[in-house]
Amino acid sequence: MAFVEDSNSLTVTAGGARVEDYVALLKPRVMSLVVFTAIIGLLLAPSGINPVIAVIAILCIAVGAGGSGALNMWFDADIDAVMSRTANRPIPAGRATRGEALALGLICSGFSVMILGLATNWLAAGLLAFTIFFYAVIYTMWLKRSTPQNIVIGGAAGAFPPMIGWAAVTGDVSLASCVLFLIIFLWTPPHFWALALYKQGDYGAAGIPMLPNVAGEQATKTQILLYSVILVATSLLPQAIGLSGWLYTGVAAVTGASFLFIAVRLYRSAGAPQMKKVARSLFTYSLSYLFVIFFALIVDHWGRMIGWIG
Amino acid sequence: MNGQLVTQDDEAAKRRRRRNSIALGLVLGFLVLLFYVLTIVKMGPGIISQRDL
Repeated sequence: MAFVEDSNSLTVTAGGARVEDYVALLKPRVMSLVVFTAIIGLLLAPSGINPVIAVIAILCIAVGAGGSGALNMWFDADIDAVMSRTANRPIPAGRATRGEALALGLICSGFSVMILGLATNWLAAGLLAFTIFFYAVIYTMWLKRSTPQNIVIGGAAGAFPPMIGWAAVTGDVSLASCVLFLIIFLWTPPHFWALALYKQGDYGAAGIPMLPNVAGEQATKTQILLYSVILVATSLLPQAIGLSGWLYTGVAAVTGASFLFIAVRLYRSAGAPQMKKVARSLFTYSLSYLFVIFFALIVDHWGRMIGWIG
Repeated sequence: MNGQLVTQDDEAAKRRRRRNSIALGLVLGFLVLLFYVLTIVKMGPGIISQRDL
């Protein structure tokens, strides 16, 4: 049962949240990125895996990510109601209760970890459980409201999926899976700080100590540029450790140069309208950047395996 | 309106509950199928190779 209350009336929505609201609680857009990066880890892993088991593993990682998303919405309902970007989520919009989100989050988390363990191995399941814990407890309940470095450390939660995909196949954590982790880990700060730059009013109103609100715009732009440089350098590591060939490195170099170009433009931007415009373009570009370099990694890897490229 | 309770139409609530029940049923059915497939994939090859002996 969901309740929407204002100063004049109390509306009771009987029958509980709709199926669409339960789906929205799982953060399907975040889930799609998690699924994509987990598939990359799974496909890059050296040993083979039964395709049915692979599909089940990806499903478990997706549901686990969804569970952590529901737990995030359960805990953050108060600040979601304040921000324009999140005000229409099921709980602040009154279409679902916090109890429904908590139950959904716990059930999805528990089942996804258990089934992943039974289907693949308990290292992968343990990593998934740790990722859910890290996102729901370390990031959502602790870091997000207490430090401007929230998304730097919290970004680890989003960086684990390729490592889980890899572990599901091999049963171990290797240098290659750590590099995949590092790429997403270093990609997260410029991605979210770009968003925070053009949504800083929202974050300020919600009392979240995002870097632009705490350290100022110029400091944030500097940090974005620094992380972008380290990210682009790290994105070139796969060839150094034998995970990729020249095709990937070429794509990573070109798209990385564009990333740096936008980060420099943001660094040099003057005036709020221009800064917000460039910050928005960096945010959008960073999404396609991650997709393109990971896709290139797969094409390169499989191309070399079947002898299409040297 | 102060303190007034506005209850959604009973029919709408029933439809919502019915849709949720169907969705839950489908999820449970999917879980049953998942465990069945998982068991066959994990144990099937071992059973077949034993039969060959």
